[in-house]
Amino acid sequence: MLTRREFIGGGLASALLAGCGGEREIPGELLGPNHALGHKLRAGVFDAPSKTERVPIVIVGGGAAGLSAGWKLLRSGLGEFVVLDLEAKAGGNAAWGENEVSRYPWGAHYLPVPGPHARAVRELLRELKVITGEKNGKPVYDEDVLCHAPEERLYIHGRWQDGLYPRLGASAADLKERDRFHAEIAALRRRVGRDGRPAFAIPMENSSRDPELLALDGLSMAAWLDQKGYRSPGLRWYVEYACRDDFGGTLKEVSAWAGLQYYAARGEGEDDQFLVWPEGNGFLARKLAESLGPRVRTGALAFDVAPDKDGVRVDYYDAASGESRRILARRAIVCAPRFVARRIVKPLREDPKPSGFDYAPWLVANLTVDTPPAGTGAAPAWDNVIYLGEGLGYVDATHQSFSLDRRRAVWTYYRPLTGDPAARRAAAYKTTLAEWRELCLSDLERSLPGLRERVTRLDAWVWGHGMVLPKPGFIWGSERREAAKPLGAIHFAHSDLSGYSIFEEANDRGVRAAEAVLAALGKPFRSSL
Amino acid sequence: MTIALYASLFMVATCGLIYELVAGALASYLLGDTVLQFSTVIGAYLFAMGVGSWLSRFVGKGLAARFVQVEILVGLVGGFSSTLLFLAFAHAASFRVLLYLVVFVVGALVGLEIPLMMRILKDRLDFKDLVSQVLTMDYLGALFASVLFPLLLVPKLGLLNTALLFGLLNVGVAAATLHLFRDVIHERAGLRATCAAAAAALCLGLVFSGQIASKAEGDMYADEVIFSRSSAYQRIVLTRWKDDWRLFLNGNLQFSTMDEYRYHEALVHPVLSAHRAPREVLILGGGDGLAAREVLRDPRVGKVTLVDLDPMMTKLFSTHAALSKLNGGALTDPKITVINADAYRWLEQNDRRFDVVIVDFPDPSNYAVGKLYTTAFYRLLSRRLAPGGIITVQSTSPLFARQTYWTVVATMEAAGFATHPYHAYVPSFGEWGYVIGATAPYRVPARFPPGLRYLTPEIARGMFDFPSDMSRVPAEPNRLDTQVLVQHYEREWARINHGG
Repeated sequence: MLTRREFIGGGLASALLAGCGGEREIPGELLGPNHALGHKLRAGVFDAPSKTERVPIVIVGGGAAGLSAGWKLLRSGLGEFVVLDLEAKAGGNAAWGENEVSRYPWGAHYLPVPGPHARAVRELLRELKVITGEKNGKPVYDEDVLCHAPEERLYIHGRWQDGLYPRLGASAADLKERDRFHAEIAALRRRVGRDGRPAFAIPMENSSRDPELLALDGLSMAAWLDQKGYRSPGLRWYVEYACRDDFGGTLKEVSAWAGLQYYAARGEGEDDQFLVWPEGNGFLARKLAESLGPRVRTGALAFDVAPDKDGVRVDYYDAASGESRRILARRAIVCAPRFVARRIVKPLREDPKPSGFDYAPWLVANLTVDTPPAGTGAAPAWDNVIYLGEGLGYVDATHQSFSLDRRRAVWTYYRPLTGDPAARRAAAYKTTLAEWRELCLSDLERSLPGLRERVTRLDAWVWGHGMVLPKPGFIWGSERREAAKPLGAIHFAHSDLSGYSIFEEANDRGVRAAEAVLAALGKPFRSSL
Repeated sequence: MTIALYASLFMVATCGLIYELVAGALASYLLGDTVLQFSTVIGAYLFAMGVGSWLSRFVGKGLAARFVQVEILVGLVGGFSSTLLFLAFAHAASFRVLLYLVVFVVGALVGLEIPLMMRILKDRLDFKDLVSQVLTMDYLGALFASVLFPLLLVPKLGLLNTALLFGLLNVGVAAATLHLFRDVIHERAGLRATCAAAAAALCLGLVFSGQIASKAEGDMYADEVIFSRSSAYQRIVLTRWKDDWRLFLNGNLQFSTMDEYRYHEALVHPVLSAHRAPREVLILGGGDGLAAREVLRDPRVGKVTLVDLDPMMTKLFSTHAALSKLNGGALTDPKITVINADAYRWLEQNDRRFDVVIVDFPDPSNYAVGKLYTTAFYRLLSRRLAPGGIITVQSTSPLFARQTYWTVVATMEAAGFATHPYHAYVPSFGEWGYVIGATAPYRVPARFPPGLRYLTPEIARGMFDFPSDMSRVPAEPNRLDTQVLVQHYEREWARINHGG
């Protein structure tokens, strides 16, 4: 229905005005993981350590896995550890920022309500009072934190529709395929493997090892869809959107096991809700880091982790003093992504075999928007996706606000850089802020013409190694399995080791490693797994 | 040359029909009665075209130059026709006279176009080809316009911009003619300048049509507008007709002084008088101070805190002489503290406790306001109540928006309140609903403060009965993650407003 204003005035005048405005430079900054320290690591020039201290446990890397490992140690009464993180603020992929309008994420923007297998995540959420109680055996969530309605909308055929499945203009055949797909997913959700475990579970370690199911990992998601006769362009876009969103890869790049896990390991109806904070999963990282207090050392770049006679020695560069330091520990948990672990852990550094780990690069941009436009059709939602868009659309960081003052917002734009990872990464590092800005705005302006006139700031963050890519054969292949095993007193924890990058897996890996360390040190604990 | 001529002819025909359609649509939009408006506008327009055609015989020498002049005029008058009519609607005493005048002038000018064109072309074509080709282009243009108008122009451009854009096209035809017939037109420089000036005027019109539309909208209130200003949050418009003052926020009526006492007495006293000792009272919303005026009637009240988002509203109603008279100077009373803040955030950050809370938010017409009608909000509110505390919530109309109203009731119950729904008749709103949320047993007061014009204990008791056309219907509580209330509200009020 046309509003009276549109009927009378129309939108042309504003478009003309915009055209006359001339080019206005939108301020912003190009950000990313600490390049200076990263480069120092690659160059490999460090002084000999000037100080040595003894700490029973060292956690290398303060992302979701490292902070979760620390959380589990502390909850088990073991407080003598440090977390070394090279950034100025711990959090890893769950990085976040803040301006005068809102906090906003630089990484993942939500956590799906955890299923029954993600026990450690539920325990953490109870502690953070995100889970407030229990009803009929299910956790009750704080209403404020569940994603407020409307959750998602899709821009298609010139207008916004509710929900992500492209319904506008869908043919009867499209809708039939959608129903068939959902029925198939529902069956997989209920399916139990021959070993009695659920076919798909998060964390993935709880999933069935039934060879028939694991065989799905050898296929690409595209091949699986072909095999099952799914041809509807709308459905294939919808499934590819999920693959790009969760894994940073296309249907061809992602394994069918991973693609199906996205749907089948999560609940439906009220079990399929999102927990949302303005700074995304930065909220979880922030709370975890706060609970660890001064044990978290930032600006601390571990450059050498090596077995030692009493356990492990960890050499790190302290950015504040410009000095190298040494810690002698009984155990170390290396919570860095695999490509970093291979540089800093001595036995891995000396291993000539290629790692087998591939990473999808990502671009994330945060836009500060004055009088955010709503567009035509369905009302603005938390997640606003453009059909056949280059990026994943935008998430409104201010969506959960209770304020009636909606004059300004911060929008987070996500764009997985799909294609050959190494080439895309090299290209991404060369792309300038002005080019990113143009890529981002031209993509969004397809759905919201004239948007750039309202953008007062645009910062972009390039994640060269944004997410480990679950390419066919990787999740259940030998390289990933081997990488997850400890090397003597050196343990490993990172979502990489699950084969895909989500908070629940990072948390699981961290807690798993912490429990292994507790067991090795003979410290009694109650398992969170 | 021929193609350019056909293109011009086609354009001229399209523009001609567009102006007719714009006038018809505008008339039926502003005056109602579509059939009558369209018939009379089309009739007048066709008649004027006839007059124009007849007048064409008086055009003698310099046909091409005259044609250029006619095109510029059509472009200007036709292009600005909708703008002019719009601006005039709120002011002109007899809008219809102006309407038919504009229609007549545009029609007569358009009527001149085809005869002049035919005469220009008569030396270049056989008579039978001339008639056939000119009329073909004319009718094709008409078809094009009539398809384009409803499907693309009105939805995408609106009426103001459509007319302006086609005015530009007419001027474009003038410029093209000027170029094509440069050998036979002598006064080229002057015509060229006129063309450019007309095009510039129409472009300016396009640029400012947004403001014109809102100006026209501002003039659409029935009564004299005595105040209108945009605050950071909303457009505040105050109208007056004799003793009737009306406040509109973003075009929605907030109160009329003829009956606001009914609304506010019913909002405040059934809770306030029911409380044993209402020392601390909180009002959420209500920046006009009218609810505060009612609260201050009760001498037992010690402190009133009013939280309203918009400082312009509270400032206006505490400093403006006539407006602060409406609320009896309530906003400057020593007992009151006015806070300009977001209600939700303020409640979260404040741990003061209140005996009575009066919730007077705008209707839940969008998702941002809808959050202030959720279980989460009422739970937060209940944490700010002193023991025995009680709240009341304005909850739209149980008659017009029955599902909406009972959803508010269900939501308050889900948040732990014992509810007591009631309603009052406010002529300018219709049947209006409120919900009391109590934490202790509630009884309808047997006594009210003196000076009320509407409420008596007897009337109050009757307010809690719901006749069967607005009695309770099953409803789900409104939660942040579902926001069902906004959807009910949209559906139910759309049904009322569009009569569907």
